[in-house]
Amino acid sequence: MNKLVLVSSAICLAISTQSVMSAEHEVGQKNKAFTVKKLEIKVGDTVSFPNHDPFFHNVFSLSEVKTFDLGSYKKGETKKITFDKPGSIQVECAIHPKMQMVIEVK
Amino acid sequence: MSHSLKIISSGVKSGFAGLLLLTSFAVQAESTDKVVFKAGHASLQKWLLPDVPPQPEDNPLTAEKISLGKMLFFDPRLSGDGNMSCATCHNPMFGWSDALPTAKGVKSKVLGRASPTIVNSGFNYIQMWDGRKKSLEDQAMGPMEATVEMNMDTAKLFKWLNKNEGYIKAFGKAFPGEKIDANTVKKAIASYERTVVSNKSDFDAWVKGDKSAMTAQQVKGFKLFVGKAKCADCHSEPNFTDYGFHNIGLKSWGKKNPDMGRYAQRPLGLMKGAFKTPTLRDIELTAPYFHDGSANDLEAVMDHYSKGGEVKTNLSPSMQQLDLSKSEKAAVVAFLRALTSPYKAVTLPELPL
Repeated sequence: MNKLVLVSSAICLAISTQSVMSAEHEVGQKNKAFTVKKLEIKVGDTVSFPNHDPFFHNVFSLSEVKTFDLGSYKKGETKKITFDKPGSIQVECAIHPKMQMVIEVK
Repeated sequence: MSHSLKIISSGVKSGFAGLLLLTSFAVQAESTDKVVFKAGHASLQKWLLPDVPPQPEDNPLTAEKISLGKMLFFDPRLSGDGNMSCATCHNPMFGWSDALPTAKGVKSKVLGRASPTIVNSGFNYIQMWDGRKKSLEDQAMGPMEATVEMNMDTAKLFKWLNKNEGYIKAFGKAFPGEKIDANTVKKAIASYERTVVSNKSDFDAWVKGDKSAMTAQQVKGFKLFVGKAKCADCHSEPNFTDYGFHNIGLKSWGKKNPDMGRYAQRPLGLMKGAFKTPTLRDIELTAPYFHDGSANDLEAVMDHYSKGGEVKTNLSPSMQQLDLSKSEKAAVVAFLRALTSPYKAVTLPELPL
C-alpha cells in the first residue's frame, strides 16, 4: 500500500513538473487563415488549433520533424498536438492550401 | 489581433482569461459575418471582385505582353500536330472551356478531367483540378509539354519562335532584351489569361445597389446559396471559390481505380478523390459540370448536392444531405444564372506565318 502511494505521488510530481515546464499555445483558424503565421515554442509544448470558421478545416504537417494529420473538424472544435522534437514545422490546412504557418520548436 | 495568439500557461487563471477572449471574439465575428439580403448592403460588398487579378512581382501586366499572349493562346502551332491551341480546350465561345464532359487531347484522345475555364483563373492562387501548379505562369507550359495533350516538342517550338519575324518583333516589344524561351512564353500567356475576368454580372449590379438587377427568385436563390444549401461554404466570396479541395462524392469516385485528385499532391486521407472548388462566375456557360463532366446541366448539379453526393466514401465533411425542394433548387439555379457577365467578343489576332 505504502509503495502504491509512493508511486502515485511520484507520478503526480512528474505530471506537475511537466505542466510547469511545458506551455500550451493556441493558433486559431479564422477567415481561411491561421491567426499566427510564425510561432516559436519549446520542446514538449502543445499547440491547440481551434476552428473559428463556419466550415471545416483540416490541419496537418508533412514536415520531417513532425508529421501529423488532425483530421477535419468544424467551428467551435479544437485539436491539440504536442511537439516533442526541435526543428521547423510547416503547418497547412489540407482543404485550404493557402492556410500555412510555421512552428519553430526550440 | 491580440486574441489571435493566446499562450496559456498551465495556470487556471489564464485559462479563464482565454475563455473570455474567445467569447468576445466569437460575438464580434458573428456580427460582421451576418449577411443582409438587400441590394447594395454593406455586408454584400465582400462579393465584389476587382477588375484586374493580382500579378507576380516579376510579371506586371503590360499591353505588349497581353497582345503577345493572345497570339500564343490562339496559335495551334504550339502543339505537336499544329492543330491544337490553348483555345482548343479553353474556347471563349464556350465560356473559355470546351463544352465536352472531359477534354480531348492529342489525336482526340479522351482525357480524364474536364477542361477548367480560364475565366477568373488569374484570381486562383493554386491552379489545376488537383492544385499541382501554383500560378498561371507555372501552368502555362504544362499542356504543351504533356504528351497526351498538345504533345509539343518545346525545343522545336523555341527554335521556331526564334526564327519567326512576327514573333521576334512581338517578343521584343513585350520583353525587351529578354530571350524567347519558356520563361517569356509563359509570362505572356499568363498575362493574356489575366484579362479574362468576369465581374459584371447581374449579381454584381445587385450587390452594387441595383434592386432590379436580380429577380425575387434569384434573391431567394442567393439566400439559399449562403444559407440552407450551404453552397457558399466552399463557393465563397468574392470569386465563388475557396480555392480548396473537396471530395463531393461523384459516381465516378465509386468506380475501380478512381481519380485520386488532390491526394497525389497531398497524401492525406481527406484528399482522396478531392478536387479544387471551381469558380461559379459564368457557370451557365461551361456545361457539362464537375471535374468528370458527369452533370449535363445545373439542375443535375443541384440534384447531386441536394442528395449529399452519390458515393459517401471519404466524402467531404462539408457535403450534407440538403433535401432541397424543387422550387428551392430552381431558385439556386436561377441565382447561378445571375452570375454570368455580358459576353465580351474576342478579336482574333493575326498570326505571323
